[in-house]
Amino acid sequence: MVGGLIIIITSQNYLKKVVGLAIFQTAVFVFFVSLAKVLDGTAPILTKMANAYSNPLPHVLILTAIVVGVATSALGLALVLQIYKNYETIEEKEIESLELKSDK
Amino acid sequence: MNFLLINFFLISLLLVTTFFIFKTTSLISVVALTGAFTLLCSAIYVNLDAVDVAFTEAAVGSGISTILMVMAAAKLPEGKKNKLINLFPSIILAVAISLILIIIIANLPLLGDPNAPIHLHVVPEYLKESKDFFHIPNVVTNILASYRGFDTLGETIVIFTAGLGVIALLTSNTLNRKTNFKKNKKNER
Repeated sequence: MVGGLIIIITSQNYLKKVVGLAIFQTAVFVFFVSLAKVLDGTAPILTKMANAYSNPLPHVLILTAIVVGVATSALGLALVLQIYKNYETIEEKEIESLELKSDK
Repeated sequence: MNFLLINFFLISLLLVTTFFIFKTTSLISVVALTGAFTLLCSAIYVNLDAVDVAFTEAAVGSGISTILMVMAAAKLPEGKKNKLINLFPSIILAVAISLILIIIIANLPLLGDPNAPIHLHVVPEYLKESKDFFHIPNVVTNILASYRGFDTLGETIVIFTAGLGVIALLTSNTLNRKTNFKKNKKNER
């Protein structure tokens, strides 16, 4: 999770920043699902053989969150493409220098 | 014990993948590593008995999102080997956050404890009743579509809005900046 955060902050490439965001999200998902685990339990599909199930509620929340996360990263990628169209680069420093030039 | 060993192995693989995503500059390998990352995550979900989540992660997370990223990376230029920015403050921030998280995790109930508070409220009723109500053995489906149907409706609205945003961004060509920067570039030449 922290690795994703570091990627977001330190990398200059905007596509890599989007990837960092996705990694950050996925780490939180893994944490949530780990809360749902019950030792000796099985997947929450009712059968006669099992006597303990893992908690289905976090699973549902994470299902929703995964799909929303993909929507978020799609929006981020569209933003990156638009930035590339306008500036012809997706490196943060180069865009900054372009901005400074246009101010002068 | 076996379960913990597998989990430990998979999570250390995740860390390795994250490190290589951090290091590589070529965009297409970043995208491929991200696909590997999400696939590893779905393996972890299977290990944690969350099969539905694993399905979704493998299909949506490592399928659709990797396709989207490949499509974006194909249009973008190759990544350059630039210096990392803000490295020092980000490391301080990361260490601070991980310390806070470790302190919090130490106070959580143990992994897999069946008497943790999360397993005692609402969920036992779901597990007991849902089969009589909906005649579907999969409890996750029951909760997703019936008990919490409005959540799922909200999710669809979010995805719809995101889709509208993507279309609006990709089709708009009328930003003023564009002409500005193109002119600047020509002047330089």
